[in-house]
Amino acid sequence: MPAHRADPAEPDAVSPDTSFSKEPTSRRRFLGYLLAAPTLVAAAELGGGTGFGAPAANAAETGAGVPPSPQLADSYDLTDALVHAARPTANLITITLDENGHAHFELHRTEVGQGINTTVAMLIAEEMDLPLDHVHVTLADARPELMTNQLTGGSSSVSSIYYPVRTAAAIAKGKLLEAASLVLGEQANFLSSKLGVITSRAGRSVSYGDLATKAASDSTKQVEANLKAESDFAIVGKPTRRIDALDAVTGRKQFTTDLDVPGAKPTMVCRPPTINGTPQSVTNAEQVRRMPGITDVVTISSGVAVRGETYGQCIDAVNALDVKWSPGPVDGESDATVEQKLKDATPPAVIPPTPATKTLERQFTFAFVNGSALGVNAAIADVKPDSAEIWSTLKIPIAAQQNIAQALGMATNQVTVHVVSGGGSFGRALFHDAALEAAEISQKIGKPVRLMWHRADDCRQGRVHPMSVGTIRASFNGDVVSFEQHLASVRTDFSHGLGDAVSSTVARELPGVSYTVSEAIFALTTPSLYNFGITKTLLTETHQSPENNRPRGGFNTGSTRNVYSPDVVTTRELFVDELAEKMGMDPYDFRRKYVKNESLLKVLDKAAEVGGYGKSTPDGVGHGIALHHEYKQTMACFVELDCRPETVNRKVRDGVTGPRVTRGVLVTIPGHIVINPLGLEAMMQGGFIDGFAQALTASVHLNNGRIAEASWDNFFYCRQWNLPFEFTPVVLPAEESEIPAGAGEMGVAPSFAATACAYRAATGKTPTHFPINHNDPLPFEPYPHEPPLPPSPTNGLDYAY
Amino acid sequence: MPEHTFKLNGKPVTVDTEDNVRLLWVIRDLLGVTGPKYGCGINVCKACTCHINGKAFNPCSVQVSDVGPDDEITTIEGLADTVESDLHPMQEAWLDHDVVQCGYCQPGQIMAAVATVRKARDEGRELSDADIEGIRNVCRCGTYFRIREAIKDGATRM
Repeated sequence: MPAHRADPAEPDAVSPDTSFSKEPTSRRRFLGYLLAAPTLVAAAELGGGTGFGAPAANAAETGAGVPPSPQLADSYDLTDALVHAARPTANLITITLDENGHAHFELHRTEVGQGINTTVAMLIAEEMDLPLDHVHVTLADARPELMTNQLTGGSSSVSSIYYPVRTAAAIAKGKLLEAASLVLGEQANFLSSKLGVITSRAGRSVSYGDLATKAASDSTKQVEANLKAESDFAIVGKPTRRIDALDAVTGRKQFTTDLDVPGAKPTMVCRPPTINGTPQSVTNAEQVRRMPGITDVVTISSGVAVRGETYGQCIDAVNALDVKWSPGPVDGESDATVEQKLKDATPPAVIPPTPATKTLERQFTFAFVNGSALGVNAAIADVKPDSAEIWSTLKIPIAAQQNIAQALGMATNQVTVHVVSGGGSFGRALFHDAALEAAEISQKIGKPVRLMWHRADDCRQGRVHPMSVGTIRASFNGDVVSFEQHLASVRTDFSHGLGDAVSSTVARELPGVSYTVSEAIFALTTPSLYNFGITKTLLTETHQSPENNRPRGGFNTGSTRNVYSPDVVTTRELFVDELAEKMGMDPYDFRRKYVKNESLLKVLDKAAEVGGYGKSTPDGVGHGIALHHEYKQTMACFVELDCRPETVNRKVRDGVTGPRVTRGVLVTIPGHIVINPLGLEAMMQGGFIDGFAQALTASVHLNNGRIAEASWDNFFYCRQWNLPFEFTPVVLPAEESEIPAGAGEMGVAPSFAATACAYRAATGKTPTHFPINHNDPLPFEPYPHEPPLPPSPTNGLDYAY
Repeated sequence: MPEHTFKLNGKPVTVDTEDNVRLLWVIRDLLGVTGPKYGCGINVCKACTCHINGKAFNPCSVQVSDVGPDDEITTIEGLADTVESDLHPMQEAWLDHDVVQCGYCQPGQIMAAVATVRKARDEGRELSDADIEGIRNVCRCGTYFRIREAIKDGATRM
């Protein structure tokens, strides 16, 4: 029985004049459950049995200029939609206490490097007064009853599980106090709990382990949770190292291809030379099957699969296959044809110019970008006649389960889907491409398979961030009176289910607003930041025909880390710099004048101060500054970029150098309490790197349906030689929201934009294409597309050091 | 099939497989030691970095027939044993700086870091920023900043 009850007479709503650093949730009732079980099991509904009555508050308005017309994301954004998507399910998350006093929690989110396991363990340890290493977080299998709530995307995990997880943990602790009260003979409210031990005023104590069965409930019942006040937090808010780090640095952390599933031998697929081509015929399947180590060769929908004793032998077998391919759906497409289609899809200005105003219009092209993680697409499948078992990194495992069941001709409950920690994701693991393919292969050959995509497969047939063209216009006289931004993008594939969760939630939460999936995501992530008068933003997608929308029917795209925002924000911020120049102002002063609220002004000033914006720099070195708001974070980024010849022309074997970010600063005002400052800092570092890499070097080149890049020696992501000498993350006191902010994607867009602005400042040239080196001559000779895999070298010992 | 013998993490091992199978697959697929990761198979991402006789190398690009009974291969699993401790000082530095995000590249990063420090020492000098910039291992999560701090710290403990 909880010791305290919230006063039911207190209103639920958040008072608008409440300081946001206080805890606006303290008056809410949090209901959860005790479940009938042999040891203590406490549970909460996702959504915590509570509602978020008040809309996210906006920071005080400020600045000169004409207030912008309101944008959807100003008052209701992607985080809100994903949190609300997690609400309607009536199914439970549970914390189980074992007889050693350790808590176990099966997380319905997917750890892919963002640190969500650690964050959740901290929340449970905090509410239960347990040592962190007594909390064990594993990843839940697909649980179809969770519907839209088993979904890791949009940087929404922490925001959506903060209250539910704490509710379950608080109920568990309440029951432990109650049980201890009987054991120790004192009232529960005279007991204190610390590090898994409950102590009475008389000094007697009992451990959680000894209470695990005594606190067990013999019936399932609803109870009220007594959440700790945030001001009492001792673990949450403290920089905390990741709970899986020891396993990672000792090689014990297991990824999909490391799992020992009996009989699941290495399996790879011979893939077509052009995107989504299909196999017509194989002339030498039997010959290849007799190659050393190979056990099976089978044609599947996406290519020809081989299974063998080692991946090395699979690579040789894949390359030995003689396959006749049918063309793919985009064989006629190259960078230039796609760019033209995007420009053709760009509508004329909606807001007409007037004789009294000047107009500035610009257009920027953003190349396709490889979205793959270092851990390649992989899945283990063991398909039997009446059941199937799958292991893979899946951020929407329910969608995987449903689609795999359908493909196998089974009912959903015949397919068990295990979620494995991922070697990165960046959006890639929203899809289940490898899991579906592995299931098909396993069913066809009747054996378990351990499917791994080669890096070349991942680059050439894997999901990319779609190419886009950003067009932006402003009319101005003394102030900016209208501001119009359009993004034409190759269709982003949202068929994995995240999109449906968002658009259906928007339809439910905001009656009268009707969006397609893509429009919803775009609108929810595109707020207005400046007092630029009439403000309009719009998305148009190309490659949207019914054929394109079929699986493997067009480009393989996905909502890569930060989705539309890197392109949208870079377009906006670079344009703002040019607009400032046209209006005779410095970019920083211009932003100071026109930002629409105090929070933006605060982060802007802080970034300029820490970065030393405006201090004199050598010729060829420039400063850029950019703003963004997303995931309940108000952000500013400062970049110093060195474009001097001695830097740009540095030579590195099989790498590119080019302009170098020498210093970076990313400032944020997070929406609410930061659970793990060390984790937030890590995400700020990673997002910052992702952003400047996309501005400077990271893209893929499309030529007649073929992607040129095949590995890390030609997809130029940041390497040590590209790294800034200094990066300073700054986290200012929280404001704005009652739910914690998302962190996994936040840094990408502001970093990309600030780097673009710094390039302009350093060189005096405004780039029109990103990354800035995309249209240079290819700095590498592409690996052949047939056979599909670059063979492994044999001279590795020559490079030993 | 030919037999191949070499030392893996201090113990002699023998496998039956074709001469040209790359050592990475022998270690991972045949011997079940999964610390070295696959990230490219062509010696560019460096996720599989291990040591051969104390030097960093990438087993994805070495045929099993090119190593012999006297060759000592060390994977991340055997690194701590080389200093007769539960953790190598570089692993401790990695924990102290909370370097890991997804963790996929980190076994290779640590093996590369140890070899880079040793190489500088063998050349009679201290670790420099240029040495660190010469480390080619890819980290897609972007842990490079903390890798830099951890290598410098780890070097002082080695």
